[in-house]
Amino acid sequence: MGLSLLSGLAQAEMKLNLQEPVTELGHKVYDLHLLMTIVCAVIFVAVFGVMFWSVFVHRKSAGHKAATFHESTTVEILWTIVPVFILLGMAWPATKTILAMRDTSNSDITIKATGYQWKWGYDYLKGDGAGISFVSTLSTPQPQIRNEAEKGADYLLEVDNELVVPVGKKVRILTTANDVIHAWWVPALAVKQDAVPGFIRDTWFRAEKTGTFRGQCAELCGKDHGYMPIVVKVVTEDEYAAWTDGQLKAMAAAADDPDKMYELGEFLPRGEKVFAANCAACHQANGKGLPPAFPPLDGSKVVLGPQDDQINVLLHGRSGTAMAAFGHLSDTEIAAVITYTRNSWGNATGEVIQPSDIKMARE
Amino acid sequence: MAAIPGGADHAHDHAHDHPSGIMRWVTTTNHKDIGSMYLWFSFAMFIVGGIMAMVIRAELFEPGLQVVDPDRFNQMTTLHGLIMVFGAIMPAFVGFANWMIPLMIGASDMAFARMNNWSFWLLPPAAILLTTSLLVPGGAAASGWTLYPPLTVQMGMGMDMAIFAVHILGISSIMGSINIVTTILNMRAPGMTLMKMPLFCWTWLITAYLVIAVMPVLAGAVTMILTDRHFGTSFFNAAGGGDPVLYQHIFWFFGHPEVYIIAIPAFGVVSQVIPAFSRKPLFGYASMVYATSSIAILSFIVWAHHMYTVGMPVAGQLYFMFATMLIAIPTGVKVFNWVATMWRGSLSFETPMLFSIGFLFLFTLGGFSGLVLSMTAVDVQLHDSYYVVAHFHYVMVAGALFSAYAGAYYWLPKWTGHMYDEKLGKLHFWLSLVFFNMTFFVQHFLGLAGMPRRIPDYALQFAEFNMISSIGAFGFGLSQLVFLVVVLKCLKGGEKASAKPWDGAEGLEWTVPSPAPHHTFETPPIIK
Repeated sequence: MGLSLLSGLAQAEMKLNLQEPVTELGHKVYDLHLLMTIVCAVIFVAVFGVMFWSVFVHRKSAGHKAATFHESTTVEILWTIVPVFILLGMAWPATKTILAMRDTSNSDITIKATGYQWKWGYDYLKGDGAGISFVSTLSTPQPQIRNEAEKGADYLLEVDNELVVPVGKKVRILTTANDVIHAWWVPALAVKQDAVPGFIRDTWFRAEKTGTFRGQCAELCGKDHGYMPIVVKVVTEDEYAAWTDGQLKAMAAAADDPDKMYELGEFLPRGEKVFAANCAACHQANGKGLPPAFPPLDGSKVVLGPQDDQINVLLHGRSGTAMAAFGHLSDTEIAAVITYTRNSWGNATGEVIQPSDIKMARE
Repeated sequence: MAAIPGGADHAHDHAHDHPSGIMRWVTTTNHKDIGSMYLWFSFAMFIVGGIMAMVIRAELFEPGLQVVDPDRFNQMTTLHGLIMVFGAIMPAFVGFANWMIPLMIGASDMAFARMNNWSFWLLPPAAILLTTSLLVPGGAAASGWTLYPPLTVQMGMGMDMAIFAVHILGISSIMGSINIVTTILNMRAPGMTLMKMPLFCWTWLITAYLVIAVMPVLAGAVTMILTDRHFGTSFFNAAGGGDPVLYQHIFWFFGHPEVYIIAIPAFGVVSQVIPAFSRKPLFGYASMVYATSSIAILSFIVWAHHMYTVGMPVAGQLYFMFATMLIAIPTGVKVFNWVATMWRGSLSFETPMLFSIGFLFLFTLGGFSGLVLSMTAVDVQLHDSYYVVAHFHYVMVAGALFSAYAGAYYWLPKWTGHMYDEKLGKLHFWLSLVFFNMTFFVQHFLGLAGMPRRIPDYALQFAEFNMISSIGAFGFGLSQLVFLVVVLKCLKGGEKASAKPWDGAEGLEWTVPSPAPHHTFETPPIIK
């Protein structure tokens, strides 16, 4: 632990200002913040210069006798009017920046970012790469979080699948959420937008240079709010074209046949993968859960009970508890994970749930 | 102002009628007893909420998970917020109001003495609900003190306990406020016109109206969460035709005035203390009253500046930005007035004055970071980051808490009849000042660098500032025990306090003996 801390200290620099922006808008925000801070600092020094002058000069212990004045209409009007003009001076650049910030029209690429407890799903909707769809989950290993291994340089800010976008293109991000409110925040891109379940919001950025930019969910969304980072990889147009090509081919190859009938043995590894990505955060990899909020699945009545009930819980969640709906997973994935839970740890039903069962339950 | 001190001897005749022991406190309708209970209760809650802050800062001392799991961490941040806002700061200022308003306006007691008793005794059950919710299955509410749905719909019964606690605390503060308004408007001594009242009474009159206006709104909001949770309504559920953002609008319609419910009585306290130790009348009394009223009115029309990132129309963002910036004007007037009060005074720096100057300096800093946050485009970067955490702790701790300490040291001689230990008082101030800034100033940098709030673990670039902040927080927490020692010492004995221990102090409260007898102003004083 001590060692990891030391290395942490060595890596970090004491940053005193906003992250260096990589978008035109980010520069505007950076400058606006700097301007505001300087204006405030000047006023602060002026006002408290007067106060501390008084503290040092007008002391009783220095023999200063109190004056008796207690109002002055002229002065009072003056210090009401002057701040009005200072504020007007501040409002002008602030208004211009907001108007630029909110213009999401004419985007080159549109990507939907969906917040899940606790990961991000990305769907490329418009422009090059349309049709690409993946989920982006924290890739920092648990031992690092539990202080059993040295923390990596990008501790908590690394994911399995990065969001890849081309440099110089206007990227419009639509945000929404599956369960609770999340917020999509990448400081260097000067973008933060709440993701509200049941609604679509939007924001945009146009990166000026290539590189990897990291951010985090900014709206408290439950237990693992601190563990759902956002990583945006800005690449050149050629690299982007190669990436989209590869992704689309890989997706076509990996597409599941929804009518396939699976055997238990071949289905379990698939189920374990789905479980690790979606369920293990709460129910734990060993199926013991974190009671009482997150019940164990090992020996669970629901898991060992009627199949339809368990399918129903997965598709629709359980209201009043932390169990979210997982209807966004494919029929094959849901079938695989249910099969996995019914045949893992101490559970040994021997049952195989087929994708067609899920399809029927959805109807 | 001239005054006839009211029947100190008369009080002895009644003393033997009163129940003694614990029943004295359970059944009391005396504004001084109830004021004391409010103050002790708020200090106890301050310690409880403070311990939760220590757990939070211990977990954030270094990266990785060490002290609590993430779910418990979220429960700590939630209860810390709820307890400090509703259990510590608000009751502390109600305690000041109970003790001082009748003494300042020459009234014999509060208008509704029995309701006053009930207002107080509603607080302990609410505190028990909040603290014991940590022990129930699923733990306490873990959604942040703002209780945003749909997250709040997912929680266990700890959430319901928090909702009921908020209901009870709301009822208590509404009753307390009705009492204050009625007392101030009806029970002022003959000749005490509204514009002759001490500014502390003015600030509480305005605050009481804010409380009466917005606490029912909060009660409505949390009740809607309750019915969404248990009775199948969909106020905040899009699938049922509702909208999660609706809650945020309702909550912040309460939440922004709430900021001023906490800050305005604090303004009142320092407006009493600064003139007393400057030996010079408050500068611009009338403009102080108007500025405070303007702040209160503006506080109703700026709520959505807490929600710039929810995706409101750009026109909404612009409106809320302009309206928010306007608040800087009356707030500036107040700061200028306090500085002008000190200007060419005859200043001395006893502990109440030190805390008032600390308030003035740091509250203004919090005001400036508020102005930075009012800029929508900048706020989009800083929203829900540690910059915001730093900002509101400058306003709440260096603002409200420092002012409460200023008031406590200022009136302790009147309450106890003894002078407090000035050396310890000054030590308390300097330790608090240093550790407060160590804790919260660096959090500005964390927010700017991109650290979100309400996370139990963080990336490595945030490590140093978090460690500095945690060390500061432990120091700040321990320093508050100095205050407890000062108060206990002062209760036990010490130099006898005269009726008016501060030579520059003005007001009716200094015309009665110290300690203030059980009954005062049974015959109202005449104000010329």
